[in-house]
Amino acid sequence: MSPRTPGADLPEHPDFLWRNPEPKRSYDVVIVGGGGHGLATAHYLAKNHGITNVAVLEKGWLAGGNMARNTTIIRSNYLWDESSAIYEQALKLWEGLEEDLGYPILFSQRGVLNLAHTLQDVRDSVRRVEANKLNGVDAEWLEPDEVRKVCPIVNTSADIRYPVLGATYQPRAGIAKHDYVAWGFARRAYEAGIDLIQDCEVTGFATDGNRVSGVQTTRGTIAAGTVALCAAGHTSVLTDMLGIRVPVQSHPLQALVSELLEPVHPTVVMSNAVHVYVSQAHKGELVMGAGVDSYNGYGQRGAFHIIERQMAAAVELFPVFARAHLLRTWAGIVDTSPDASPIVGRTPYDNVYLNCGWGTGGFKATPGIGWALAHTIAHDEPHANVAPFSLDRFVTGALVDEHGAAAVAH
Amino acid sequence: MQLIECPWCGPREEVEFHYGGQAHVPYPDNPAEVSDEEWAHYVFFRDNTKGRFAERWNHTAGCRRWFNAIRDTATYRFERVYRLDGPKPVTP
Repeated sequence: MSPRTPGADLPEHPDFLWRNPEPKRSYDVVIVGGGGHGLATAHYLAKNHGITNVAVLEKGWLAGGNMARNTTIIRSNYLWDESSAIYEQALKLWEGLEEDLGYPILFSQRGVLNLAHTLQDVRDSVRRVEANKLNGVDAEWLEPDEVRKVCPIVNTSADIRYPVLGATYQPRAGIAKHDYVAWGFARRAYEAGIDLIQDCEVTGFATDGNRVSGVQTTRGTIAAGTVALCAAGHTSVLTDMLGIRVPVQSHPLQALVSELLEPVHPTVVMSNAVHVYVSQAHKGELVMGAGVDSYNGYGQRGAFHIIERQMAAAVELFPVFARAHLLRTWAGIVDTSPDASPIVGRTPYDNVYLNCGWGTGGFKATPGIGWALAHTIAHDEPHANVAPFSLDRFVTGALVDEHGAAAVAH
Repeated sequence: MQLIECPWCGPREEVEFHYGGQAHVPYPDNPAEVSDEEWAHYVFFRDNTKGRFAERWNHTAGCRRWFNAIRDTATYRFERVYRLDGPKPVTP
């Protein structure tokens, strides 16, 4: 392997890609939350539906929440038809996104392995592979020797505490550079005439019967034709203002990176049982995610023992990581739902749409949910891909249980 | 590591405890008579407060008893702990 300067192949840091306008007094559509989902929704509102009198309100800076904190894994190997539909459409959009945005997003389809460590894991995984195939999602079941061929640094010996009994493999899965994805969407939305308004926190809603007439913010009241809530971990703060109950719980979800290393890890490896998921970013750092901290939390930080367990799992699975140094840890706030599936669609207010409950897996869905939510707003009717994820499924009982495929215990 | 004050054992490390979610969610008096919506709210819907939150904890690696706590979900600071059968403290 030849010596290589980490990061040498990355594009230059961009010039400013959008301006910072003063909010107008009124918009056709106000999107609350300037993360990946909000920006993607804005982009597809303009691109697919010609709706450009749109504001994206962000209380901090664009894409500074979970969009900057996730582990960038993209895959569509979920169990149920409803989930396959939305995640697979998202993956297809990822495959053309660089061209659509005219911006490098470093989408790398290096495949994802989801390891099985128990006989029950094996049975569940094989079932999921077969379900994926029926839904046209690329999926394979790999025996331990095949796992070793895909990722030679995984410890597949039989004498570890949780031996690798096999893995599901989705070759089309991979990673992308999350910041570039956000910037690409933001630039396209800005070019289309959409106002991206940072440092603008929502403090309340003005209501008129079954409608929200305006959004009260730290930068004044903004009238809105339609409101879309894309606030991830802070969704409940908004829905509490509206008096809507939503069954999500916000938890810290931690991740970390190592120092920059030579390329050692060719794919993405996730392990639900021992709880670590690892890839190596283009620049060279190992990116590892943990499970959620158990308690409700809005602090964007978590407990150290979670990191300790995650590292123990990582070093057992990848003995080669034992001497790597930890560079940085952080946490995002994820909004988990009872069935580990998102909650998208109508609310008790006629002109307010909800998009939340993505829990630990929202990044991979970014273009797919943007596409479907824009359609939902434009047609005032839930897109077929989000219709199964309505808030009322918790009353009807039509849950979409993805606790297995979510791959991070909620 | 954060220390949590078990009402019976005193301060112990966070790793000894198991989280139990929102406290003071009563089982419906007549479960067979509630509507689907009321039942859904009992089963699936919990407050997700940012700030002071009354919640249940179990000292799983110690006395294995449940207790309640008032904790700030933004700072993670425990403000007080109290017995499971006690009323929710009035907080300022």
